[in-house]
Amino acid sequence: MNIFVCVKQVPDTETKITPTSDGSFIETASIKWIMNPYDEYAVEQALLIKTANPAANVTVVRVGSVKDTEALRTAMAMGADDASLVEATDNLDSYSIAKALKGAIEKTGKTPDMILAGKQAIDDDCLQVPQILAQMFNLPSVSVIVGFEMNGNTVKVKREVEGGALEVYELSTPVVLACNKGLNTPRYASLPGIMKAKKKPLAQHSLADVGVSDADRRVKYSGFKLPPEKPAGKKFDATDAAKQKEVVSQVVGLLRTEAKVI
Amino acid sequence: MDFSLSTEQREIRELALKFARNEMTPHSQEFDEKGIFPTDIFKKAWELGLINTCIPAEYGGAGFSSLDSVIIGESLAYGCMGMNTSFMANDLALLPIVIGGSDEQKKKFLTPFTEEFRIASFCLTEPGNGSDAGGIKTTIKDGGDHWIVNGEKMWITNAGHANLFVVYGTIDPALKHKGISAVVVDPKTAGIELGKKEDKMGHRSSDTRGVRFNNVKVPKENMLGKPGDGWAIAMSTLDHSRPLVASSALGGAQRALDLSIQYSKERVQFGVPISKHQAVQFMIAEMGMKIEASRLLVHKAAWMCDQGLKNTEIASYAKAFASDSCMQITTDAVQIYGGYGYSKEYPVEKLMRDAKLIQIYEGTSQIQRLVMARELLK
Ligand SMILES: Cc1cc2nc3c(=O)[nH]c(=O)nc-3n(C[C@H](O)[C@H](O)[C@H](O)COP(=O)(O)OP(=O)(O)OC[C@H]3O[C@@H](n4cnc5c(N)ncnc54)[C@H](O)[C@@H]3O)c2cc1C
Ligand SMILES: Cc1cc2nc3c(=O)[nH]c(=O)nc-3n(C[C@H](O)[C@H](O)[C@H](O)COP(=O)(O)OP(=O)(O)OC[C@H]3O[C@@H](n4cnc5c(N)ncnc54)[C@H](O)[C@@H]3O)c2cc1C
Repeated sequence: MNIFVCVKQVPDTETKITPTSDGSFIETASIKWIMNPYDEYAVEQALLIKTANPAANVTVVRVGSVKDTEALRTAMAMGADDASLVEATDNLDSYSIAKALKGAIEKTGKTPDMILAGKQAIDDDCLQVPQILAQMFNLPSVSVIVGFEMNGNTVKVKREVEGGALEVYELSTPVVLACNKGLNTPRYASLPGIMKAKKKPLAQHSLADVGVSDADRRVKYSGFKLPPEKPAGKKFDATDAAKQKEVVSQVVGLLRTEAKVI
Repeated sequence: MDFSLSTEQREIRELALKFARNEMTPHSQEFDEKGIFPTDIFKKAWELGLINTCIPAEYGGAGFSSLDSVIIGESLAYGCMGMNTSFMANDLALLPIVIGGSDEQKKKFLTPFTEEFRIASFCLTEPGNGSDAGGIKTTIKDGGDHWIVNGEKMWITNAGHANLFVVYGTIDPALKHKGISAVVVDPKTAGIELGKKEDKMGHRSSDTRGVRFNNVKVPKENMLGKPGDGWAIAMSTLDHSRPLVASSALGGAQRALDLSIQYSKERVQFGVPISKHQAVQFMIAEMGMKIEASRLLVHKAAWMCDQGLKNTEIASYAKAFASDSCMQITTDAVQIYGGYGYSKEYPVEKLMRDAKLIQIYEGTSQIQRLVMARELLK
């Protein structure tokens, strides 16, 4: 069984984000990169499947800049067998990323039985690469999965929907699944795992190698800006009983005209 | 000269820090308050390969360098200095075997620690002999086909949970240092009596006790080296263990700095975050400077071990400087937190209590200065 896991490298949640001066992206020089947290659930699920099917091979695939291969090395230290990296700038759009992932998967020469990814990346929060990838491969796909069972070629997944309800799907492999928190508890990379990961194969490709060009770009980023700082909250003094009526109508008025919530 | 860590060392540090933040820090306050021994966390750290870093690869260990082990030590202490004392005590106890044990003893005593989760204690200090370890009174007498150990040990970390003791004693007190010998003892042996758990100022999640030995029989083959080799083994152990203990001070100090930076940017007094007041800035600057200097000393002391260079002097610099700095830095962290720093609701008062011990065990800050002066003036 060939399992592919798409992992993205994202800025550590504690990173202070600064847009570049031309607004086309963010400053990346001093960023500490981590594996996208939702992708950890995908890696863990792949490794759980591998535990149950020791013959399975788990390949992690990433599209992004090479300077730091943290996410791929971490996945291999957790137990993935090999890795593929498509060298690209970190501000590609979802369509190009999906196309590059597809190209990298095909380059391995292995037919995927299962493609796992996180439900979203915590940097751009686009929530669409797994779905685009499934469409490109013409495979069934379920996102936001929080439950997984496998029986031969049949996969039963639980998907979280609004209001905490669960949808249950039964699919036959090959499938593309986008994983959510709660699916499993990602393991740590162990120290022996880190040592072993050094010897695991990491294939590198350019965007051109996997058939992606500038013409594939559907979205171009032009104006990265920090969100405006929140203005300080307003305080109303209602300790004087005689004035309470007046204060309340003032608050209600502002909620109508300024906050526009009622 | 190259100050950078290898890719592997950076990954090891990331893993250990992630473990420290996720598994240790969330429990550190409660375990300290209630004096809970961190068995599950200890075991989990062992499963990840973060414990017993001194065991060589040929006996089943990961084959870490001393530099690797201080990187791990600093990271775990960042999570909780108290829990890390228990973790580190395993290395302190196993090091004499790594250094003074025969091939057979290493296979017999070290390898089981790589196969299952086990805890060890290093038994040197006595009620009447701490700094003056050469004057220990516990006796190891020849009983024919075994050794007989008699005496009392004090302040033994992990004693209540240990699967193995390394015990120092003397074959003849009149011989002074030349009589000191070390034996590996099974804590379940008849005649061993554990004292009550000490009620300590800090490191309250680590287990510290007195241990009494009443005619305890120890197999002949459990002596490390020959009778009288104990002092040399102990001194060589210290050259390896002091950088490790210093690294724990470094981890605690780094946590105090990170918390101070965060708090000082949030706390507003006189209309601005207190980080804008120069008096606060200077405390933070001092912390950063001392941590960087401590880290360079700790890494150098460990690197010298790895190069096979005699590091006694540098190891003492590292131990004294890092622990004295940690005391100052954690005290200033409480200062920066103001009244809140003095409360158990906030994390810095514990750091200040924990820092104190590192100036005391594994040779007090005064004893380190004795060692330095001896090396410098000889
Ligand atoms: C929580 C805890 C855990 C410990 N764990 C272990 C363990 O696992 N195994 C173990 O064997 N020991 C352990 N110890 C013991 C520790 O190593 C000793 O406490 C330490 O060596 C100091 O000895 P002491 O307490 O007897 O103090 P003393 O030696 O009585 O020292 C008292 C004071 O006198 C100073 N002093 C002593 N001699 C001199 C001198 N010549 N010149 C200048 N000043 C001097 C000291 O610096 C100190 O300030 C632990 C201690 C504690 C508190
Ligand atoms: C146990 C305890 C008992 C107390 N009892 C009483 C009591 O009975 N009655 C009472 O009224 N209060 C009491 N206090 C409050 C105490 O007086 C305050 O904690 C103290 O004044 C410091 O204020 P703070 O804690 O808000 O710290 P902050 O004012 O927030 O100070 C934080 C840090 O910033 C520094 N800092 C602040 N401003 C500046 C500046 N302009 N320049 C340089 N550095 C600056 C401070 O020196 C400190 O290091 C008590 C506090 C404690 C902990």
